[in-house]
Amino acid sequence: MTDPDHKVVLRVRGLTKKYPGVTALDGVDFELRKGEVHVLFGENGAGKSTLISIISGAQHPDGGTIEVNGRPVHLAGVAAARGLGISAVFQEFSLMPTMTVAENLVMGAEPGRFGLINRRRVRRLAQERLDEFDFHISPDRLVETLSRAEQQMVEIAKAFRPELSVLILDEPTASLTEEESERLFSLVEEARGRGIGIVYITHRMAEIRRLANRVTVLRDGKLITTVPGGTPDDELINLMTGRVVEDLYPELPEPGTRVVLAARDLSTFDGAVRNATFELRAGEIVGFAGLMGSGKSTAARACFGLERVDSGTLTIDGADLTRARPARVMKAGVVYLPSDRKTEGLLLNRPLRETVTLPWLHRGSISSGPVLRPGRESAVAGDMLRRMKLSPPDPERTADSYSGGNQQKGLLGRALLGDCSTYLLDEPTVGVDVGARVTIYDQIVELARQGNAVLVISSELPEILHLCHRVYVFAHGTITAELRQDDINEQTILRHMMHWDEPAKEIA
Amino acid sequence: MTLQSEVEVTARPRGSVISYAARIFVRIGVLPILVVIALITFSLMSDNFLTVDNIHSALRQNSYIIIATLGQFVVLLAGGFDLSIGAITALVSVSTAMAMSSQTGSPLSAVVIGIVVGVLVGMACGLLNGLGVASLNINPFIMTLATASVFSGLALMLTSGVPVSGLPMEFSDWLGYGSVFGIGISIWLALLAAVVLWVLLTLTRPGRHIYSVGSSPRAARLSGVNEFRTLILAYVTAGALAAVGAVLLTARLETGEANIGASLPLQTIAAAVIGGVSLRGGAGRVLDAVLGAVFIGIVANGMNLAQINSYYQMIVTGVVLALAVVADRLRTRLASAVYAGKV
Repeated sequence: MTDPDHKVVLRVRGLTKKYPGVTALDGVDFELRKGEVHVLFGENGAGKSTLISIISGAQHPDGGTIEVNGRPVHLAGVAAARGLGISAVFQEFSLMPTMTVAENLVMGAEPGRFGLINRRRVRRLAQERLDEFDFHISPDRLVETLSRAEQQMVEIAKAFRPELSVLILDEPTASLTEEESERLFSLVEEARGRGIGIVYITHRMAEIRRLANRVTVLRDGKLITTVPGGTPDDELINLMTGRVVEDLYPELPEPGTRVVLAARDLSTFDGAVRNATFELRAGEIVGFAGLMGSGKSTAARACFGLERVDSGTLTIDGADLTRARPARVMKAGVVYLPSDRKTEGLLLNRPLRETVTLPWLHRGSISSGPVLRPGRESAVAGDMLRRMKLSPPDPERTADSYSGGNQQKGLLGRALLGDCSTYLLDEPTVGVDVGARVTIYDQIVELARQGNAVLVISSELPEILHLCHRVYVFAHGTITAELRQDDINEQTILRHMMHWDEPAKEIA
Repeated sequence: MTLQSEVEVTARPRGSVISYAARIFVRIGVLPILVVIALITFSLMSDNFLTVDNIHSALRQNSYIIIATLGQFVVLLAGGFDLSIGAITALVSVSTAMAMSSQTGSPLSAVVIGIVVGVLVGMACGLLNGLGVASLNINPFIMTLATASVFSGLALMLTSGVPVSGLPMEFSDWLGYGSVFGIGISIWLALLAAVVLWVLLTLTRPGRHIYSVGSSPRAARLSGVNEFRTLILAYVTAGALAAVGAVLLTARLETGEANIGASLPLQTIAAAVIGGVSLRGGAGRVLDAVLGAVFIGIVANGMNLAQINSYYQMIVTGVVLALAVVADRLRTRLASAVYAGKV
């Protein structure tokens, strides 16, 4: 759209990739124009990753053709693709943490003579590259001292080379804060302005709205359609899943009234939460809304004994548990689903069964005294994986061999196993595709229906709007509003999120 | 996430010989392959190698290394290291010998008291390591390096560097050279230690907690696992196992020595790693650790019989260790390809 002549830099036709038993890509056509952001949209396993790894030269297709600037090409490897001006930035960064920004930027093409590196030129080249993008990062800083966003920017600067014509970004905002994402977006726009074609993978609707010129939807390895960037969210989700958006959220049951968990004037030691007063009731789904760093997650973690509490009280079923450890809080029937499943949830190199049963090993269904019952344990874990529709539902596979959506379903399933009465769910659908979300939403509503107190902490506004009976809005560490049923709407929530004269900006 | 493996391992047709071999390798790991190579090589080099007597004596000589490796293994599982395992061996050897030689009663009671004192000393050493790591949050590498120096110093101080002699004959007759059903008592003890440890690790809650803390300390904590208690358990168990090994070694030497065990930290870590135990914690089986230690013993024994200089043995151990790590990495990579259905 930015480029009037619609010059196509990359075109693939009939691209097919088969793995034993699976067709990852089935005759997919895709074209990328000069100066456009082309979003690839689809559930996990839809074929997005396979497509970009073929375009970036990392894999070879079993069928189909690839054209770059109108000429058919054979991409023998990543280096060959790079030679044709195609660079990819994957989710795992390729930077050396203990080296400087400058050293990373010139890596592989260090200027110098006789095997000696000319450090002044390294610095100058790097500085030029950074200036080009208007990045205010010192070339002398060590990469490990940079924030995720800054690393992402260095990674992108590294991917840029004079002949760059195709830039591939794989969920670039996955671990960035709002502010960091904002900087990334302006960078993407800048690159687009220079006529670079950008293939952009994301699950987030706000990013599509913000950046996409066109969106190509993939499902089960097949091309569904390519639509313009302004296509409404509902329609996109409909295309991706073959379902309409109303179907995503189940109907809410009548909320209960009995207070289960009550926090009074809770403040954490680090000041991330100040004087927060909230309560959770049986049979009710409560939402915590707020920007990243607003304290919504910290408040819940403080309830579970993961944050140092400075003042205030926390009672659960009438018992004072203000500074109790997680194990003690769990005994009181509370379970916490962490948002960072890799470092706080999963035992990555162990069979998924062990992650699933770890909190409940003392239960009679799994052990008698200190002795475990392996048969019972396997059965309990296997049943749960099937109920949560994991694929494959094999409890002996290691946790890291499952996709993000499956991992999250496993962790939620584990929370359900404990027969607890209070569920603190921190970003329950982070990095999860729409198909898995439906399963997760159903389970959350079912919990409330059974009379449990459920807390959903979410950065996804639709979840707050459609899934919660009552919402607390957090801003700058304090609760700025408590909203009930009819008051829960996008405008009101956004207004309270932006409390304290924050400049208005777009929210995911 | 799948991209990583897709990039590194290019697709291969299913059903070829290579793919079959790759799956076997992923399944059993590198160690059985190494053992077979070692057995064939040494039986070709020496007729005396593959005899019941020789294998028995090789196992008996190395049973203390097997037991110490089990101790190292527990700590590795919990995500730590124990560099003090050799110094614990020395300190236990000295304290056991001193306790025994100071007894005037029957040989039996002297032996029992000596062993009890030794195991308690080993557990106390482990407790100290555990406290440093779990409550003071000192890096296990540094903590056990520090205590290694302390324990060695104590052992030398207690003996002034002179071997402690005057142990009851029965001590070395029983534990050093005794047999039950034709198999050396020390081998039985190693077997018993392995079985007990296997039960602890795979069938009990505290054992599972050790795996979980090693795999992800934060995830374990969020699941209500008491990380402090679990780490203490791991280090105390390691100390106790090192002590049992030390008692056996003392029985064979017939003296308590303050300067033994210097090579144990490296030997035990090497044995565990060759067996396939992860240095990042949370992964490995008892059998892996035992086989790793047995393998090191077999190589040493085979090279002795083939009259290869012991300097070469050290070189071979080092090379095998490095190769085992490389092979293990290859295995991890192949495993993800097998999971993805590409091999």
